[in-house]
Amino acid sequence: MVGAPLAAIVSAGSSKFGALEGRLGREIFAEAALEAYERCPNLDPKKDINAFFLGQFLGSSLEHQSHNAPVAAGWAGLAQIAATRVEAACASSAAALRCGVIAVASGLFDVVMVGGIEKMTHRETAEVTESLAMAADYPFEQWQGLTFPGLFALMATAHMDKYGTTEEQMAKVAVKNHRNGAKNPKAHLQKEITLEKALSSKVVAWPLKLYDCSLITDGASCLILTKPELARKYTDTPVYIVGTGQASDTIGLYEREDLTTLRAASLAARQAYQMAGLTPKDIDVAEVHDCFTIAELIAYEDLGFCGRGEGGRLVDEGVTEHGGKLPVNMSGGLKSKGHPVGATGVSQAYEIYLQLTSQAGNRQVEGAEIGLTHCVGGSGASAVVHIYRRVA
Amino acid sequence: MASSHNTIESFYKAIAEGKLVAGKCRVCNKLLVPPRPLCPHCYSSNFEEVVLKGKGKLLSYTIIHVAPPQFRAMAPYTVGIVELEEGPRILGVIHSPSGRPLKIGQEMTVSFDTNVHPTWPKWPRYFFKPAEDVDSKSWTS
Ligand SMILES: [Zn+2]
Repeated sequence: MVGAPLAAIVSAGSSKFGALEGRLGREIFAEAALEAYERCPNLDPKKDINAFFLGQFLGSSLEHQSHNAPVAAGWAGLAQIAATRVEAACASSAAALRCGVIAVASGLFDVVMVGGIEKMTHRETAEVTESLAMAADYPFEQWQGLTFPGLFALMATAHMDKYGTTEEQMAKVAVKNHRNGAKNPKAHLQKEITLEKALSSKVVAWPLKLYDCSLITDGASCLILTKPELARKYTDTPVYIVGTGQASDTIGLYEREDLTTLRAASLAARQAYQMAGLTPKDIDVAEVHDCFTIAELIAYEDLGFCGRGEGGRLVDEGVTEHGGKLPVNMSGGLKSKGHPVGATGVSQAYEIYLQLTSQAGNRQVEGAEIGLTHCVGGSGASAVVHIYRRVA
Repeated sequence: MASSHNTIESFYKAIAEGKLVAGKCRVCNKLLVPPRPLCPHCYSSNFEEVVLKGKGKLLSYTIIHVAPPQFRAMAPYTVGIVELEEGPRILGVIHSPSGRPLKIGQEMTVSFDTNVHPTWPKWPRYFFKPAEDVDSKSWTS
């Protein structure tokens, strides 16, 4: 049934994002879980939560810890329930959220927890760079010296050539997201930056510079989902998930016909809009995957917020600013809030939950009723889109 | 049944011999680079190996400044995606002996690294050069 809620979010939690020294991923996750429990006193986590899906990307390489789902479930005080790790590179916990939605919508479980973890800052930047590159194709991208920023730089060069997008328009995304992140007490970098500073920062993978890139961050996030008809048992202010979409594409960017769009994201968006019975015009607030500034401009186009090639114009016109018609990345995005890769997808949903329940403080988008999250794995071999409503 | 000439290893073995090869599907005639055991267009597993001309057009490029440890000595270096004349696309390092700025759409030629380092990368490498630079005397690998 078009527009019928699939699941309800009855609570959400997030750790502080940043360099969380001296703590393992499981300990950071416990901080996120505790916030979710405190927000939902009617819930008994041990008794009520029936299943757990955890997104994590780099636990194996950076924390020397695979199999973190049962670990995190235990440290969050859950019973001996089914706990499964989901991996889709940077979209890991967005995919875990979708598993949770499917688990609830199937009728198999009444209440599930979904979450994400990444612990990154304890390792050298070169090690993290190398681990992140694992999301790229091994024999034909990593092997040829391509880096993760390099993938998005190839998209940026193509977008600039095809549509006239400029380095300044990309830098404006960074300025906007830092301005938003400065209002988010959980953000990694709570400071504004100037356009000049962004444009003059050192080159990482031309045309992308340091301030075009998201941050290496530690963090964890979680949501508690239930069947829509059970939502009021736990909270007076549920947020309903009314659309979910996920698609995939070739892992190699070089194999794709068009370097200026993420086909998986366009497909995932189409599924989610159709399921929700909504169009891009209906969205009041969105969190999109700005792993690099060009990715946010491409996201505007893939999500139908503007036409192809018009992403730069949208940011020039301030449409996606706080106070604009469609504010994007009010949390600060991956750029300023930080990008603990496995935690990012659920963290985006956490921000939309806060926005739709008027808990977003001085970054609140007034009257927001419908929200969207867009999360990309690697260079777009996976993409996950969800649509949320305040009223069922 | 997969044969020995439609694997990633066979692709790189050909590179070591100075050849860029594709798997040509004997059923639908599509060219697959890299070669693979199953044609994603018609599900055939019947391929022949064909040698490509190694010429194409530059689709996009980036200049990598922050490189992984294995490539740090090369940085900054240019990586690009080239659409080959026969259709398939591949990604690789671009050497530009003349140092002239690259232009999207310009003609590129594939070359081969005959000086293969025995450890990393274990597979031999191909790279691209702007076609206009191919005869340049100033070029050294
Ligand atoms: Zn075929």
